[in-house]
Parts: sequence; structure tokens; C-alpha cells
Amino acid sequence: MSTMLVPKPIKPWQRKPKEMLPEVGGVFFVVIGTWAAIEFTGLSGKLGAFISASLLSLLASTFISNQSRGKSAAKNSFFGTLVAVFSILAILPVISIFGTVLIKGTKGIYIGFFTNDMSLSSVNDPLNSGGIFHAIVGTLLLISFAMLISVPLGILTALYLTEIKGPGSRLIRFLVQAMSGVPSIVAGLFIYSAFISGTGRGFSGFMGSLALSILMLPTVARTAEEVLLLIPSDLREAGLALGGTQWRTVAMVVVPAAKSGLITAVILGVARIAGETAPLLFTTGGGDTLNLNPFNNVMGSVPFAIWKALISGSAESNARAWASILVLLVMVMVLFFVARKLGKRKI
Amino acid sequence: MSITESAKVAIPEPRKISTVPRFSDRVFRVVVFCGGLSALIILAAIAIFLGIRGFSILSQTGLRFVTQYEWYSAINTDGTAGEEGSTFGIGAMLIGTIITALIAVVIGVPIAVASALFLNFYAPNSLRGFLVAVIDLMAAFPSILFGLWAFNILMPSGEYWAKILHKYLGFVPFFDVSAPVFTRSPFIAGIVLAIMIIPIVTSVSREVFSQTPLDRIQAAYALGATKWTMIKAVVLPFGSSGIVGGAMLGLGRAMGETVAVFTVLNIVFQANFQVLLGAGGNVASLIILKFGEASIEEINALMAAGLILFLLTLLINMAADLIVNRSSRKGR
Repeated sequence: MSTMLVPKPIKPWQRKPKEMLPEVGGVFFVVIGTWAAIEFTGLSGKLGAFISASLLSLLASTFISNQSRGKSAAKNSFFGTLVAVFSILAILPVISIFGTVLIKGTKGIYIGFFTNDMSLSSVNDPLNSGGIFHAIVGTLLLISFAMLISVPLGILTALYLTEIKGPGSRLIRFLVQAMSGVPSIVAGLFIYSAFISGTGRGFSGFMGSLALSILMLPTVARTAEEVLLLIPSDLREAGLALGGTQWRTVAMVVVPAAKSGLITAVILGVARIAGETAPLLFTTGGGDTLNLNPFNNVMGSVPFAIWKALISGSAESNARAWASILVLLVMVMVLFFVARKLGKRKI
Repeated sequence: MSITESAKVAIPEPRKISTVPRFSDRVFRVVVFCGGLSALIILAAIAIFLGIRGFSILSQTGLRFVTQYEWYSAINTDGTAGEEGSTFGIGAMLIGTIITALIAVVIGVPIAVASALFLNFYAPNSLRGFLVAVIDLMAAFPSILFGLWAFNILMPSGEYWAKILHKYLGFVPFFDVSAPVFTRSPFIAGIVLAIMIIPIVTSVSREVFSQTPLDRIQAAYALGATKWTMIKAVVLPFGSSGIVGGAMLGLGRAMGETVAVFTVLNIVFQANFQVLLGAGGNVASLIILKFGEASIEEINALMAAGLILFLLTLLINMAADLIVNRSSRKGR
């Protein structure tokens, strides 16, 4: 019986340990160099470590490529590393923000934080009194009324741009783009000048909703337009060929087909306005008690509660501000990930 | 007999064919058109209402409103008149707005463009999805969160880097300081704004970079280009107007930012060109600072300031949109 000779699979493209040596050396160089930079020079802290590590890895990768593959490879790996370092730098704040909010925010949270309001306690009271129940309810009311205004207008704008393509649709697309850059404080000032100042009306939740809907409208309109453009025109033609009018086609075929995308548009709009502070300072007045009537009296909201706690400046109010911002961040993140999940679904 | 009888059955009249839309369609079109006009109406209304309220101040002070540095209200909140006439000028704040926004662009745009390049051309697929999600999430963060974080966490390290800059580059007039106060400076406010504009600049440049024609990329590789030479020769020239447009969009955002700047910056009514010194301003934060205890006249002046801020950001945004759209139509 002869034994079959099975050739051992080889991978000629795989690098031998000896060839990996420079890279391992480079990593060692960066680690030791960073430690030395922190220990012996003026650099300190996590940011200092990050910056010295990035500079050293730039140096190391350029040097290794230069030795092994020449000058143009050195240039290539220099810029490759630079681009990678810069994109780590871009998400560094997010990591820091998450860490800080989690550490500082959880200190101020207790059960009553979600069920009490601040009517009986001042911002400087100890942390086990008062809460932001009024603010959460207020924010939900503000958002719902802003949605009532801006969702129909935004979707109608998107329909005008995609379904009717009427005269001036390029101008309107341009204006919607420009509107998305309107500073939030200007929206607040506008509502104040148009509906509050000089009319005898006071601050109220509905005024806040009006200001927020100005900010929400362009987000909804732009996202909805993108979604509607993705609907294949076969569907529209099929609807028309079956004898439907344009109105029936849009209402029964196009909009249902784009449903999940339109919901994404609305959620992204809500995420945009959930944390807006500046317009609310001019319009809602920021109450400390639960107020369920958006048309009368001041109404609290989470951003406004944070603002109040922030400017009063004591240790307790600071902790309260961080706890409220944790709540706000969780709200925004939930909205964001729901929107992403829905947006990924096929139409 | 039967044939003649059946001929008597009335033949239905042929359906009228016309290109005139039905009533329901006409209603639909009118409704959608009205909805589509909302952006135009809102923008016009903002300009008109702020203009009406600010007109008295603007006509009184004229051009001095944007060149003067003083902001002083002669009428106290209780309605009594102060000793001097009131002067309203947003010159210092306007300079501060431009300085902080420019710092933001100078710091933020290179980082954002580099991350757009990394996401489009370097990152492995698994990492790309995660990074895009993180950067998009960053765009949804409320500005008060950035303000609170910057005041508590960024300020110490910002101060530290400002001191290093001052120590080694102090001979440059911008990095000189007349008093050793490094906290709450335009430099730190600029860093916060840079962080806040990174998402939008990244997404605009990413979109433009991704439209680079594949044949040109492959042609560059076929000619023996490394990844970087390919990017330098093909992607960056193709996407240059996208980068410029994205930078201008970021500039517009940075100019209109309110809460984060107000939290970080020490607002002083002087033109301060020493970016590391803890004194500066911003039109939006001026409005928030003065609004609480403003008299009627002062509120009108604030409206005028808001009008100028609105027109400035609108102009920058429109120019940015034009540049970005031109670039996206350019390629084949």
C-alpha cells in the first residue's frame, strides 16, 4: 500500500515571521516612545499620550516603508497613517462625551428623578429631592406639536419636489437646503418677534413647538425627498396605468411604499429638535411645574431644565444637569438607532 | 326580428378622453404646492418680522450698528432712563463670531476631510459602518451637551494646549496674550465648534468623494499610483469643490451656534484678536446674554442683531449649496 503524498498547503503570499519583524519593532517603538514621552517630557494626560503615540506611529510607519519599499511607499504610508489618526481624532470626542455623561450622569439619577418635578425644590437642593418629570412631559408635548406642524409640511414639500416637479422646484429645493442652516436662535427670535412680543401673549409650549418646527421642517423634507426618489417609477406608472389619478397613485401606491423611509425622516427630524435649547429660551419660559396645556403658561422641557441647572452653578445643580443630559442623550440615541434600523429596511 | 331588437340596446357613449386633470388632482396639486411653498414663506417671514422689529435701531445707528463695539442700554429694566444715551453696536461680537468660526473651520475641516478619505478609501467594511454610525450620531448630539462637556472636560486640556501654543508660537501676534488668562478663550470655543462641525463636513465630503468616477481611480492605479498618489491626483481634484462647500456649510453652522459658545466663552465687548486670551464673543451668545433683562429698545436691537446673523448664515449656506451642487453635476 502506497501512501498518498499530500502536499502541505503553502501560502506564498503569507509573510514570514522574519518579514513581520520591522512592524513588531515599530509597535514596540511606539509603545515605549509614548511611555517615555509621558514620563520625561511636558506632555501629560490621555490626550498627550494619544498625540505622542500618533506622531511616533507616523514616524515609524514612514521609516519602515522607506527602508523596505522606497520613497513613494514611505509617502503613501505616511498619509495613510495620518488619515487614520485624524479619523480617530474625529471620534475621540464622542468616546469622551459618552464616558463623562455616563459617569457624571448616573450620580444624579434616582427613581424620583423621573416622577417628581421641581415645583417644591430649588435647583440647589440635595439630589434626592425634585426631578424632571415636568420637563420630560414638556419635551414630549413640544415634540408632538412640532411634529403636527412640520411633518405634513415637510412631506408635502418632498412630494412637490418629487411627484409634481412643478415650476420652481429647484428654487424650493435650494431654499430647503438653505433653511437647514438657519441658526436655532434665529428661529426662537422670529417666533418671539412675530407671536409673543407686543401681542400680549405670554410664553407657552405651543410657541416653542412653532420654533422647533422651523428647525425640523428642512430635515424632514430633505430625508423624505431622498426616500421618495428611491421609489421606482414603475410603481407610479403602474398606478396610473390602472386608471388611478395622480392623487390616488401618490396616496395609495407611492406613500405606502415609502412608509418606513418617511418614518425615518420624521424620527431624524425629532432627533434634530429633541435637544434644542436656544429657541426654547425665547418661547417657552421654562416652568418648574407640570403643565399639560401647551397654549397657556410656561412649559418646562429637558434642555431648559439643563440650562437652568447649568447657570445656577452649584455642585447639586451640576449633578442634576448631568443626570438630565444623560436622559436626553438616551432619548436621542434611541431615536437615532430606531431611525437607522428603519432606514436600512428595503422598500 | 331579434337582430333589430338587440340593435336597439343603447350603446354607451365613449368615455371622454381629456388631458385636463380631474378635480381631485387639481386639489391635490394645489395642496402640495402650498406645502412646498412653506420653506419660502417661513424664510421670508423670518426676514420680514426681524426686519420690522430691528428697523428702528438699524435706521438710527446705520452702519455703526455693525462697526461699533459698545452695547449699552440707557433704559433700565424698570423703565427708568439711565444717564447716557444708549448705544448698540455688534462690531466686537461680529469679529468674535468670525474668529471662532474660522478657528473651527481651520481645525475641523482637515480632520473631517481626512476622516472622509479614511472612510471611503482606507477603512475595512466592518469598521466603516461603525465609524459612519458614530459620526452621524455625533451630528444628532444636542449643542447643550457639547457645551456642558466642553466646559467640564475640554477646558483643562484646551487650556494646556493653549499654553503650549503660547509658549512656542507666542511671537505670532495671534498667539500672544496680554494677560495670562487661558480659560474660556475663543480658541477653546473654536475647538468645540470644530468638533460640532466635523459630522456635516465629513458627510458632505464623503458624498462628493464617493462620486469619483471609478474608471479614473482604476486608471490611476493602472499607471502605478500608490493609494495616496491616486487620492492626490484623482479624488482631491474631483472633490475640491465639495470640500470647499462642506467647509462653508461648517462655517455657517459655527457662526450660528449659540448654547455651546455661550457656555464656554467669556463674553467681553472688545475686539479681541488674541485667540488664546479668555475674552471674546459671538452674536448668538450676545442675544442670549442680553435677552433676559432687556428693555423694549434693547430687544429691538437684539432683533436687528438676529437679522444680521440670519442674513449672514443664509448667504453662506446658499453659497455653499451652490458650490456643492456644481461639483456634483461636474463629473461624468
